[in-house]
Amino acid sequence: MLTFYTDLLCIGAGLAGERCAVEAAGAGFEVVCLSLVPARRSHSCCAQGGMQAALGNCAMGEGDCPDIHFQDTVKGSDWGADQEVAWLFAEAAPVEMRRLAHWGVPWNRVEPGVHTYYKGGKPFEKEELEENRGLIHARAFGGTAKWRTCYASDGTGHSVLYTMDNRAAQLGVQVHDRTEVISLIHDDGNCLGAVARSLRTGELVVYMARATLIASGGFGRIYRNSTNAVINDGGAHIAALDTGVVPLGNMEAVQFHPTGIVPTDILVTEGCRGDGGTLLDKDLHRFMPDYEPEKAELASRDVVSRRMTEHMRKGKGVPSPYGDHLWLDIRHLGEKHIRTKLREVDEICQYFLGIDPVKSLIPVRPTQHYSMGGIRTNKDGAAYGLSGLFSAGESACWDMHGFNRLGGNSLAETVVAGGIVGKKIVEFLKGSEVSFPTGIVREQVTKDRERIDALIKGEHGHENVYDVREAMFDVLEYAAGIYRNGDDLERGVGELQEIHERANRIGLKTNGLGANPELALALKMPGMVRLALCVTYGALMRTESRGSHTREDYPERNDRDWLSRTLATWKEGASLPNLTYEDASPVYTLPPGDRGYGGGKIIPRDAAKEDK
Amino acid sequence: MARTLTFHIFRYNPQDADDAPHMDTFVLDETESMTLFIALNRIREEQDASLQFDFCCRAGVCGSCAMVVNGRPTLACHTKTADYPAEITLLPLPFFKLVGDLSVDTGTWFREMYQRVESWIHTDIEFDSNEQEARMENDVANAIYELDRCIECGCCVAACGTARMRQDFLGAVALNRIARFIVDPRDKRSDAEYFHIIGNDQGIFGCMGLLACEDVCPKELPLQDQLGYLRRKAALTAIGRKGPKNPQLP
Repeated sequence: MLTFYTDLLCIGAGLAGERCAVEAAGAGFEVVCLSLVPARRSHSCCAQGGMQAALGNCAMGEGDCPDIHFQDTVKGSDWGADQEVAWLFAEAAPVEMRRLAHWGVPWNRVEPGVHTYYKGGKPFEKEELEENRGLIHARAFGGTAKWRTCYASDGTGHSVLYTMDNRAAQLGVQVHDRTEVISLIHDDGNCLGAVARSLRTGELVVYMARATLIASGGFGRIYRNSTNAVINDGGAHIAALDTGVVPLGNMEAVQFHPTGIVPTDILVTEGCRGDGGTLLDKDLHRFMPDYEPEKAELASRDVVSRRMTEHMRKGKGVPSPYGDHLWLDIRHLGEKHIRTKLREVDEICQYFLGIDPVKSLIPVRPTQHYSMGGIRTNKDGAAYGLSGLFSAGESACWDMHGFNRLGGNSLAETVVAGGIVGKKIVEFLKGSEVSFPTGIVREQVTKDRERIDALIKGEHGHENVYDVREAMFDVLEYAAGIYRNGDDLERGVGELQEIHERANRIGLKTNGLGANPELALALKMPGMVRLALCVTYGALMRTESRGSHTREDYPERNDRDWLSRTLATWKEGASLPNLTYEDASPVYTLPPGDRGYGGGKIIPRDAAKEDK
Repeated sequence: MARTLTFHIFRYNPQDADDAPHMDTFVLDETESMTLFIALNRIREEQDASLQFDFCCRAGVCGSCAMVVNGRPTLACHTKTADYPAEITLLPLPFFKLVGDLSVDTGTWFREMYQRVESWIHTDIEFDSNEQEARMENDVANAIYELDRCIECGCCVAACGTARMRQDFLGAVALNRIARFIVDPRDKRSDAEYFHIIGNDQGIFGCMGLLACEDVCPKELPLQDQLGYLRRKAALTAIGRKGPKNPQLP
C-alpha cells in the first residue's frame, strides 16, 4: 500500500484548496493537494465574471467600503448568513485582490475619461478620474449597491487559478492529480487523512496528514441540468458525511443561475447582465422591470431565476425542442465590448450554439449552479465533529452566503476564505501532534477494498449505475428545483429512499480494472443519493421560503421559526439524515429586514407563535 | 438530420494484462446539437461502460478533453458532430502518456513544463497589505491577459513536428508562457534570464516553423507571432541591443 505522510492534505486543488496550500507552504509546512484533474482544470477555471471586493476605485464604485459589501452580502443571503463570517470576508476581500495583483493576475484597470455603459438596454455615461488611473477596475453584478466585481476580461477564474497554481508551484506544493478520495480516516474525534483511488491505475493510496482540508467545490452534478463541471459530484462531501459525525449545513439551499444556455446548460456570466444585457420573452418584451422595477435584471440570482420561471409559467417562454426558454440580449453592447470583455460568452455562443451574440439573441433558462450548503465549519474553517478537518470554498458551509449567494462572491470567497482558513490551519499545525494508529488505517482501507471487490463481483446485486443515477435526477428535478412544495418533497424523499436501496445493490458490467470510470461512479453513487436526500429532506422540513429555497405552500420568510441553519448528519445504516438546527448567526449586526427586491411577506422574529 | 454515426475509437487499458491496443466501432443515432461530449457519454452509458475519456468543464475553458478527431487535435467538448462526416475516428493525443483509451496524462507534462520555465512572477518586492495596489495601464493588463488565455489542452504540442522528434522540446505553450512574463512589468527577470531558458534547441531554435500549433490552438492564441517575436528579441539581445516590443503591447 502506497502511503504518503504530510502536514496538510488538501482535497481539491482549485482556488480555495491552493490558497490554503500556499498559506501553509509559505509558513514552511509540507502540503499535498489531491485533485481529480490537473490543478488548472479545476472548476474554478470556469468562473467568468469576477470577484467582489470593495476597493472603490472606479466611478460607479465610489464610496464603496467593506461595510456596504457586508450589507449586500447579508441581504443577498436573505439573512441566512453567519454575519461574523460575512464581515470577516468583506473586510479581507480588498487586501486579497491586491495580493492577487502582486502575484500576477492581469486585473482590468481603470482607464480615465468618459465611458459609455449600459443599464437596462440604455446607454449612460460615467467619468473615471485621472487619479485612479491604473488601479483595479470593477464591473456591476446583481444584488450589489456599487460596482464591486474585480475582473480579468471574462476569464477571471482562469487567470486567478493559473496565477495561484504558479504560486503553489513556486512554493513547492505537491499536486497529486487524477486522484480521488473515497473515504476519510478518523478515530474518535480526529481526522487523520484519507483513502484515495488513483484514477491512473485504480490502486488505493493512503494519505496520512496532521490536518486535512476539504476544498472540493460544489456537488451540483447530483442534478441532471447543471452548470457545474462534470467533476463536481460531491465525492468529498460524501466522505465527510460518511464519517457519521461531520454535519453538512443548509443542504436544501441550492442556487439556480438565471442564464444557463439551452440546451447544454453551459453558463454565460452574470457579467452579461451586469454590463447591461437584458432578458426578453417570446414577444421580445423586456419583462424583468414588470416584476422588479428597481433592480430589474440585477436583482439577486434567486429572484431573477424565480421571476423567469414565473414568467415562463404564464406562457411567455420561447418554445424549443428542449422545453421553454427566454432570451438574453447583449447585442446593444456592441461588437468591441462583446469580443473583448465578454469574449468567453462570445466563444460559447459561437462554438456551442452556432450563433453570433453581436447579432443574435442567446437562449437561456435557469439552471442548477451553486451549492450554498456544504461541510459545516466554524468561522475558522474548522469542520464540526472532527478535529483537524477543515473546509473552504464552495464545498464548505462557512456560511457567508446563507440561502442565496451574490454573483462574484463565491470566486472571491475561494481566495479570501482560503487565506483566512489557511492561516488558521497554520496555527493548528503549529500547536498539534497526532499519532496514526495503524489499526484504524488498515480497517478503513479494508472496508474500501471490500466495497470495490463487491462491486466488481456483483455481490450485492446487478443494478446499473447509470439507471440509478437517472432515477435520482428525475426526483431532484420535480421535487427540489426552483419551486418546491410539501407534496412533491414528501414523495421525493420516499422515492429517494428506494433509490438509495437500489444504489446499494449496484454491480459492474465491466471488469473494473485500472481507471475504470464505471467503478468510480458506482463507488460514490449511494453517497450521491444520500446527498440528494439531505437536500430533499432538508427542504421538506423547512416550511418557509428563504433565498433560493422557495416553498409554494409556505411563501413567507419565517424569521420566527426558521432563522436557522440546518445541520444534517448520517449514521451508518440509516435511511434518512438526522437533522438538527442552529441559529443562522451568532450576532445580528444587520437585523433581519426587507432585501429591497424580490417581494414576499416576512413573518418577523418577534411575531406571536401560532399553534401548529 | 437523423444520420447514423459510426465512431472508430482507439481502445487500450494498460492496467489490463489481457488487453492490447485496438480500434472499436460504435454506432449512434445523431441528435440535434450533438457534440462529442454528448456522443461519448452516450456510448459509455448505453454501450460500453469501460470507455475512458476526459471531460471536465465541457464548455471549452478547462482543456481536459483534447483528442485527435479525424486526424486533427481539438477539444472534444466543442466539436459538433454535424460538422463532420458520418464516420468519425477518435484517437488519444499523441506525445502525452496514455492513461487509457482516449485519456492521456497532460498534468504531469505541464507541471514539469512550468517548473522549467519558472512560470511565476519573479520579484523581490514584498507584498504589503497596507498599500494600495501597484498601478498598471489597462492596455498592458489586456496584453498580458491575451497571452494568459492558454488552457494547457496540449493540442499545440500534440500537433508539433519537433515535439514528436524530441521529448524535451518546450513547445509553443511554453514559449507563449515566457512571452506572457516578458510582457508583464511585474516580472523582474532580465532578457538574458529568459533566453537562458528558451534560447536553445529545446526552446525557440527547435521550432521548424510548421505552424500547426497555431492552426490547432482552440483559443486561437497568436503562437507564431510570439515565437517570431522571441527569436528577434533573442538575436537583438545577443548583440546587446534592446529587443523589439511585443506585438501584443499597444
